[in-house]
Amino acid sequence: MTIATPRVGVITFPGSLDDRDALRAVETMGGEGVDLWHADHDLRGVDAVVLPGGFSYGDYLRCGAIAGHAPILDEVRSFADRGGPVLGICNGFQILCEAGLLPGALIRNASLRFICVDVFLRVETSQTTITSELVPGEVVEIPVKHGEGQYVATTEQLRRIEDEGLVVFRYADARGEVTERANPNGSLDNIAGVRSTAGNVVGLMPHPEHAVDPDVGPTGGQPLIASLLASALAGASA
Amino acid sequence: MSASDEPRHRQLGLADDELERIRATLTRDPRPAELAMYAAMWSEHCSYKSSKLHLKTLPTEGDAVLVGPGQDAGAVDVGDGMAVVFKMESHSHPSAIEPYQGAATGVGGIVRDIVSMGARPVALLDPLMFGPLTEPRNRWLLEGVVAGIGGYGNCIGVPTVGGEIRFAEPHSANPTVDVMCVGLAEADALVTGTSLTPHVGSLMVLYGATTGRDGIGGVSVLASATLDEGDDARPSVQIGDPFAEKLLIEASLELISGGLLEGLQDLGGAGITCAVSESAVRAGMGARLDLDAVPLREQGMEAFEILTSESQERMLAIVHRSRLDEVRAVCERWGLQTAVIAELVEGDMVSVTHRGEVVAEVPATSLVDEAPVYDRPRAAPAAVPDPVDDPALLPYEGDLLDALEAILAAPNVASKRWVWQQYDSVVQGQTVTGSGSDAAIVRVPGSMKALALSTDGKGRFGALDPYLGAMHAVAEAARNVAVSGARPLAITNCLNFGNPERPLVMWQFAESIRGMRDACLALDTPVTGGNVSFYNESGDSAIWPTPVVGMLGLLDDHRLGVPSGFPEAGLAVYLLGETFPELGGSEFAETVLGVVAGRPPELDLDRERALHALLIEAASMDAIASAHDCGDGGLAIALVESAIEGGHGFAVTVATDLPDHVALFSESASRAVVGVALEHEGGFVDLAASHGVPATRLGETGGPRVVFAGSFETTVAYLREIHEAAIPSLLGEAV
Repeated sequence: MTIATPRVGVITFPGSLDDRDALRAVETMGGEGVDLWHADHDLRGVDAVVLPGGFSYGDYLRCGAIAGHAPILDEVRSFADRGGPVLGICNGFQILCEAGLLPGALIRNASLRFICVDVFLRVETSQTTITSELVPGEVVEIPVKHGEGQYVATTEQLRRIEDEGLVVFRYADARGEVTERANPNGSLDNIAGVRSTAGNVVGLMPHPEHAVDPDVGPTGGQPLIASLLASALAGASA
Repeated sequence: MSASDEPRHRQLGLADDELERIRATLTRDPRPAELAMYAAMWSEHCSYKSSKLHLKTLPTEGDAVLVGPGQDAGAVDVGDGMAVVFKMESHSHPSAIEPYQGAATGVGGIVRDIVSMGARPVALLDPLMFGPLTEPRNRWLLEGVVAGIGGYGNCIGVPTVGGEIRFAEPHSANPTVDVMCVGLAEADALVTGTSLTPHVGSLMVLYGATTGRDGIGGVSVLASATLDEGDDARPSVQIGDPFAEKLLIEASLELISGGLLEGLQDLGGAGITCAVSESAVRAGMGARLDLDAVPLREQGMEAFEILTSESQERMLAIVHRSRLDEVRAVCERWGLQTAVIAELVEGDMVSVTHRGEVVAEVPATSLVDEAPVYDRPRAAPAAVPDPVDDPALLPYEGDLLDALEAILAAPNVASKRWVWQQYDSVVQGQTVTGSGSDAAIVRVPGSMKALALSTDGKGRFGALDPYLGAMHAVAEAARNVAVSGARPLAITNCLNFGNPERPLVMWQFAESIRGMRDACLALDTPVTGGNVSFYNESGDSAIWPTPVVGMLGLLDDHRLGVPSGFPEAGLAVYLLGETFPELGGSEFAETVLGVVAGRPPELDLDRERALHALLIEAASMDAIASAHDCGDGGLAIALVESAIEGGHGFAVTVATDLPDHVALFSESASRAVVGVALEHEGGFVDLAASHGVPATRLGETGGPRVVFAGSFETTVAYLREIHEAAIPSLLGEAV
């Protein structure tokens, strides 16, 4: 008998940049990475889907706006409806917001500049497919790199997001204190990532796929990818 | 005389005798389109007509060199069947006019050079020089250039991992914007002039962006002449589209790996003219080019405009007819437009038709290989610096800690975090060490190896002595690679100078080449290619002669890379090399004494080589915990930077016969500060002795304080704040 390997699909849009990196992170953590193509109506039977970072279609309209209407998004939507784990990283987060799969929106950083830096995230909930192996209050270190990562929502939306505990990560300092100084982009309530009500769809601006290999950066992404693989495996065997 | 009264050839930048040469080649008067083609191809930028004689003296061969100068980029064998393709170029002229687009398209251009060799771009480095940030225009230029580099580089998935930024008044009117790109390819899959065999009748397929009126005259007018106040050269600046570039990278690499091509050429300076004629010459054939087949961005473009447009994000593939459908399918999948614009024909003639009429018929070789070569007059400056001006000889009564703080906050030395945090340094997942260290370390995927990359220019030294300045640039770049534990392999360069028609500038150029040659020979780092950027001057004011060196080094095991900061407390701190009274051209002289004067430090290349050998061997034995080059600001700054970077203070005693300020701030070459674990100390001292490198124990690391016994003390945190805050505060921002 062989031990099942969760199959995680990574969608390549024209202008995706971290797609290879996401595939490599999945494989480093013991999963099988599967290439998915934006123009296909096919998820190739994967157990989880990652929308990677980059500048899909150039992001000349609004970040993620065009990708939100890509053919494969139809499949992602029904996969999410069936409870499948979907992770949007950076541009992938923007796409999920544009596609209406996650609440809120990402706008230009408050500094008006691109920023690439390692940040600390405080985990707010373990009720998601990428934090199931973490406990609330834990701090993970992961890089951000974006020009449009300021999370915003209407007052109404924000109240619902906070009331329903949809915030998954907040920018914090190394000890987990949520401070203004720790906020790299001016996001509301230091929000770095949010989830769907069911918890199977998660988006975040930081890049967990760039935080699994200790030789090239922090390792705070390991438990996130491990959680995703565990969720994928659970879904696959269910 | 106004421009419109000038004969056409002069408007295009051709000299009268160059026109005569064209007439002799064609045995008739050139047609307008032909004149435009020659003007572009014989421009300084494309033909290297003023520099060629000198460049020929540079060493270009070595065991590891796979491709030397003359191709789109050089290539070096790094073992395991892998080749590193790398090159540096300038985009200074467009950046002076429109900093964002100028810098952005500079990145795009050099990336296409690497891709056209069949390599995947894996790293970018940006050496930049601006005028002082106290001037609003210089701040605008810096912010625009940095935003442009980020805006383009961050969107194409290639990490920006290094470079340097320096400031000097002579670069106010003409900032220096150089970009280096490094790529990786399987050595046997490199696309070189001889690796593929084009056939008569094969097609030239233009793919990527459409052709517009941007960048016309980019090489001939903009990059090959000085710019006067009020000149409106803005239409000559190209506009970048990084999204198209990303698609171009992926499609091109797929076309090459699929074996679908007989040749590949990027479109850069001189646009279609250059790509078609160079491809034809490489194939040993002529070409029939149909301008009506070129997809245009706007209606009514004239033949000369289509021929010389420098619209970005275009590539030209040579494709056998039997492969055309497959090539089209790959491009289509990536959303790229293709057009068959020409075919290879027997003979040597490039014939061009437009609206059904022949507009040009010229021998391809005459465009590519037969530009005039000039031995331009050179003249050394009349006045030799008076030795009494040497700042090392001046007494200094001021406070040493004040001097240290001033140098730490000087823009040349201060932290450039504000800049490099705007660059994606982590994409592709191989960046072990990014900006802010002596060398960037980028792993070679699938192996334990890593590339060590550094760019260095020594403008201040070059201004005082161009021969020494160029030698120092090579030596420092190699040292930066060696302190990280890597073996320097080869260089690319970007030679930034004023107007070569002025004998003083030409002398500076020749001296710089002589210095680069001597250093490259001694350090065994051949030159695999590069770029010359002349005419960096406005009015009578030229930039400092600034040859910038891009060094490629190799670490056999990335885990044995040595950090520049002190990683822990309790290390013994050693100075390697010797300190002499050399403050000429130093940061201390400029920042504290307010003079750029004297003679730059001597450079003994044997000592330099010995230091590198020691550092590399010590790293391979894991015998040193940190190593940092002594560069700007000398020993004191090297120690403080090691403390700031590593987060551990130190206590040292700098005991010499020299005056304190000289001992602390002299910029003598061939030195480094290393941290050594106590248990390795004995072995390390023996190793240094065996290499003939003086090793002086200065003290130990540890604690939050920085202590120069007998002189002054302060804290790491205090100095870090000064180091970090300087650039943002000059730009009017809090940290």
